[in-house]
Amino acid sequence: MKANGLSEFLAMGGYAFYVWTSYVVAAIAVAVEIVAVRARLRAAVKSALRPERAASLPDDTQ
Amino acid sequence: MRPMSSIPWFRLASPASFFPLARRLVPWFSAGAAVLAVAGLWLGLLVAPTDAQQGDAYRIIFIHVPAAWMSMFIYIVMAFWCAVSLTFNTRLAAMLAQALAPTGAMFTVLALITGAMWGKPAWGTYWAWDARMTSELILLFLYFGYMALRNAIDDPRRADRASAVLALVGAVNVPIIYFSVKWWNTLHQGASVSMTSAPTMAVQMLTGMLVMAFAAWFYAIAITLIRVQAIIVEREKNARWIGELLPRTR
Repeated sequence: MKANGLSEFLAMGGYAFYVWTSYVVAAIAVAVEIVAVRARLRAAVKSALRPERAASLPDDTQ
Repeated sequence: MRPMSSIPWFRLASPASFFPLARRLVPWFSAGAAVLAVAGLWLGLLVAPTDAQQGDAYRIIFIHVPAAWMSMFIYIVMAFWCAVSLTFNTRLAAMLAQALAPTGAMFTVLALITGAMWGKPAWGTYWAWDARMTSELILLFLYFGYMALRNAIDDPRRADRASAVLALVGAVNVPIIYFSVKWWNTLHQGASVSMTSAPTMAVQMLTGMLVMAFAAWFYAIAITLIRVQAIIVEREKNARWIGELLPRTR
């Protein structure tokens, strides 16, 4: 595509709404999944290492 | 490279051995996904020419086709691990299937939304009950059904078996999605890429689409490897090795 300037690029030949909705929804979905999965792993590790369990582990694991 | 036979497959098939491997692989697949996504977006949005018939609306293809491919491919891989878990009764296979489902559902939602966004300018409607779209919607319900069934059963091993049967029965839907544009006269167009005929798309369009597909593939592997770590910790948190492994991996 020969984009003469940013506004023409953003206009997507009149299809801006359809094109950018697709790209933005995809970006949001990926971002939300990354944040959610990392939070899930953190929570799982935290729960597995909660104090009453960690007390039975060697000291250097704290 | 070591010969395949020297890799300790059975040892790697235990969650305790797979956990550190998954942890090491994540940065590589994440970096690969990021590089491929930047390259694919550059090709798709800046390099590929405007389509003669569809104008710039066709640029949705760089999200839509990779998402639709992944929605089907992830289901096949999930069903494969379900079959392995039912046959050999291995925990890791069931955990991998469990880890794949949400990402498969995410790609199915994206395929449906971007399809609607493309359908309106191309056909004048966001949605039609044609065979391709209806079978893709059924795929979404299969992912949701698989996850809901898992969540409804408290015992993880029973949940593994019940959800594996559901996933395997539902696998019949994937070839229906794929061949729907051949078997029925659908509003949806035929396959964009064919193994048996020369590409009909401009080479920059095709390259951009394939690069985005590889980006989606790397992303799916990376996110699944993170999720399977979470699932391993959730399900094995009373095992002795978890206590020994986790402090080192924080």
